[in-house]
Amino acid sequence: MSDFAWLVPTILTVVSASTPLLLAAMGELVVEKSGVLNLGVEGMMLVGAIAAFATGVSTGSWPLAILAGALGGLVMAFLFGVLTLSLLANQVATGLALTIFGVGLSALIGAGFVGVPFPGLPKLAIPGISDMPILGPLLFAHDILVYFSLASVAGVSWFLFRTKAGLVLRAVGENQEAGHSIGYHVIGIRYLAVMFGGAMGGLGGAYLSLAHTPMWIENMTAGRGWIALALVVFAAWKPGRALLGAYMFGGITILQLHAQGIGLEIPSQLLSMLPYLATILVLVLISKDSARVRLNAPACLGKVFHPAA
Amino acid sequence: MLLRLEPRGEASHGLSYATPFLAVGLTLIGGCILFGLMGHNPFEAIYTFFIVPISSAYGLAELMVKATPIVLCAIGLALGFRANVWNIGAEGQLTLGAIAGGGVALLFYESESVLVLPLMIVAGILGGMAWAAIPAWLKTRFNANEILTSLMLTYVALLLLSTLVHGPWRDPEGYNFPESRLFSDSAVLPVIWEGTRLHIGAALTLALVAVAWVVISRTLMGFQIKVVGSAPQAAAYAGFSRKRMIWLTLLISGGLAGMAGLFEVSGPIGQLVPSISPGYGFTAIIVAFLGRLHPVGILLAGLLVALSYLGGESVQIEMGLPQAVTGVFQGMLLFFLLATDVLIKYRIRFTQPARSAT
Repeated sequence: MSDFAWLVPTILTVVSASTPLLLAAMGELVVEKSGVLNLGVEGMMLVGAIAAFATGVSTGSWPLAILAGALGGLVMAFLFGVLTLSLLANQVATGLALTIFGVGLSALIGAGFVGVPFPGLPKLAIPGISDMPILGPLLFAHDILVYFSLASVAGVSWFLFRTKAGLVLRAVGENQEAGHSIGYHVIGIRYLAVMFGGAMGGLGGAYLSLAHTPMWIENMTAGRGWIALALVVFAAWKPGRALLGAYMFGGITILQLHAQGIGLEIPSQLLSMLPYLATILVLVLISKDSARVRLNAPACLGKVFHPAA
Repeated sequence: MLLRLEPRGEASHGLSYATPFLAVGLTLIGGCILFGLMGHNPFEAIYTFFIVPISSAYGLAELMVKATPIVLCAIGLALGFRANVWNIGAEGQLTLGAIAGGGVALLFYESESVLVLPLMIVAGILGGMAWAAIPAWLKTRFNANEILTSLMLTYVALLLLSTLVHGPWRDPEGYNFPESRLFSDSAVLPVIWEGTRLHIGAALTLALVAVAWVVISRTLMGFQIKVVGSAPQAAAYAGFSRKRMIWLTLLISGGLAGMAGLFEVSGPIGQLVPSISPGYGFTAIIVAFLGRLHPVGILLAGLLVALSYLGGESVQIEMGLPQAVTGVFQGMLLFFLLATDVLIKYRIRFTQPARSAT
């Protein structure tokens, strides 16, 4: 038994590192399925992180903090929607702008919150069951966002592939002109998808500042928004595979903590490179087969839509 | 619906020059609102942000010092953006240029040869090129998205620099600070304006702006880049290779970013430190768009955005505002530019809601 004492905390850190990636990737997956490429995930996560943290510290209420995180990401996403969907701006450039703006805005709001402590999210332990050895802490004693992130995988899958609204959303992503000509409101559908993506990105950020490392640090996402984008490609736009990918990346992220723990003499910076290098490797392996990427990617991804044009 | 976008038959040339100014104006208004929300007198804050920093000769020189790396990176990025190649990892290429060039400076620490500096510049350019060659290879060989790969490599580059200055390249007499030795005099860029930090790199940058202008408007290469970006199928018929353009634009932009990094460490900084640039490589993306992907436009946009860095420092010192204001200004600027650019291709029509005839 005691030989496995390290196992439970290790798995728990993997869960903690994976949850923000999973939340953001689930949101972006829906956005991309509707035919929109929002590269501003990093910016939305950062604004979500500071919105949640500032609210949590000021009100002392974690449910409000989580809500504020989602709202922060949603507002940013709405901004993206106005620019790309209503004003027909280039999606790549606008996504980059969203990230640059989000980095600045979150740093500005966060300037007064550096070094402020926050107790973190409470674990929703189920009395009795969560006291079970090993399985208890692994399955029944997480905070609400961990459960929500896992539920979102099922929810998104069900919505996309089992509901009419999901079918319409996918149709709009595959062929915007056809969707428009049958009478669907392409722009409206995309607005909703983009804002869902923003709220999920904001929740991912909120998880970072409320639970993963309960504090505010400038630029604390450290590229996770971009990794989430890569995860969507890796997942071939399938929710289940995004879950797998997010946990794989979470595992890689925590390697550095444990390598030092067992006394490996490698500079910590080199181990910190692993998630970024792994992202590149995964992208290469996935993209190599360009025919398959084309088959899976929503056909209208990143295309501007103007009904009169 | 009250607002409707109506496509213009032809994109408006006049407006494509006017929208950057419109965006700057809107950013100023946005800035006033922002400062007002933060409880400061907006006009005083705007004055402190935009005018105070350049009201002295030293300030003007600082403006050019800051603009140098930004303009260098942006010129390279703009070439790529023209060809639809999205290198957003200039920050990483800048860092690798600093590592490679700075490495040469540390290697020849004892030397007083005049060749050290040229060698550093070459190393800096090659360092940046090598870092940009990775996304180019991954894109052309494996079809991997260059946006994500070049960005991921930025994080790797920053960690590599951190490894070096914390470990093997740390100054042996530096009380364990994560910094390299100060470069010797032969490895520091000569100052061209006595009493300021304005170095010869700024003059070289100005010359490169002119070269880039000629390349874009007067050479076959500039034409090919444009065609590959705006009409890929026409380019394919004309036999212009997309792969070649990817390699070309990434290598050029990587080289220029590497040079920018080298200029920073052998100019204003004078040694290798964990953080060389406050995001010049990312800011350069804004500058490339604001300058309409044109070298002269980029020069002007670069000076303006450099001012936003000085302005951020100025409001911090004078009014105690967080320096992060800079990032918000830069983000707003790009937002407003993208938003107003809709006017180039579309006309805004106001339509009256349907009413019964009277």
